[in-house]
Amino acid sequence: MYQRLRAFRFASPATFYPLAGKLQPPFMALAVGLAAAGLWIGFMVAPTDAQQGEGYRIIFVHVPASWMAMFIYCVMAFWAAVGLAFNARLASMMASALAPTGAMFALLSLWTGALWGRPMWGAWWVWDARLTSTLILFFLYLGFLALHAAIDDPRRADKAAGIVALVGVVNVPIIYFSVQWWNTLHQGASVSITRSPSMATTMLWGMLLMALAFWMYSIAVALARLRSIILERERHNEWVRHALA
Amino acid sequence: MHWHSVEEFLAMGGYALYVWGAVGACAVAMIAEPLLLRRRHRRIVRSLRQRRAAPGSVQATAVTAEVAR
Repeated sequence: MYQRLRAFRFASPATFYPLAGKLQPPFMALAVGLAAAGLWIGFMVAPTDAQQGEGYRIIFVHVPASWMAMFIYCVMAFWAAVGLAFNARLASMMASALAPTGAMFALLSLWTGALWGRPMWGAWWVWDARLTSTLILFFLYLGFLALHAAIDDPRRADKAAGIVALVGVVNVPIIYFSVQWWNTLHQGASVSITRSPSMATTMLWGMLLMALAFWMYSIAVALARLRSIILERERHNEWVRHALA
Repeated sequence: MHWHSVEEFLAMGGYALYVWGAVGACAVAMIAEPLLLRRRHRRIVRSLRQRRAAPGSVQATAVTAEVAR
């Protein structure tokens, strides 16, 4: 019983607000350190690609941004589900805190992809399965944010937007497997659990370090946004007065 | 080290526009977002403190009315 109480203690915005403030700086520091290492390996150590020359180096931001766009959507849907199932307002706030960052990464994925597609395929954009499903992911984020913003009562907004988040989660496996299910212009996965990676070790390390950096960044930024959301939504509560004293 | 000169590095084998356009957009977005969030947090903290400091202010009265309702 005592254990359970301890775990659920942080489900309250009042106790999570100071914890988020403590967790945020170390995650941001990790993000900066990992990005510095990843950029060094990606731009200084990794060799030129045999087919794409130096143009392939877009991979060091394109793949991490695309992974985070998909991953953040899953995490957002998870917190939205917890919020809906247990009527937990902190979980719903977490979903709201993740959405803008996820939307940003989806847009960065499309932007860096366009800049990669132009020299390699000769087109900024093609209506290919992977590109189209990523565009839909971006619209799902925008739909979540717009619906949440359109409803005045925050708890009702949480519920409506939470359902959008849950329904939209079917799109994530579609994006991931699109390169296998359809005949697409987009290349297949560079990294897979079942087989050895189809790229040089230093390239792979650069990409993985950058992906880790983007991940830590996302945690730091989501915690920072969560703190503002908590204050905005709990401003009439007594604990906010004490927390700001 | 992979490069022989700064110019060679910046030229990116002829892909400068694409590589730096991609990296630059990510850098701008990922520097701007934390700064905007810090501003948002400071603003709300300041407004909440001001409201507390001036209990007779219009805002405080509005809040009291809202809570009383």
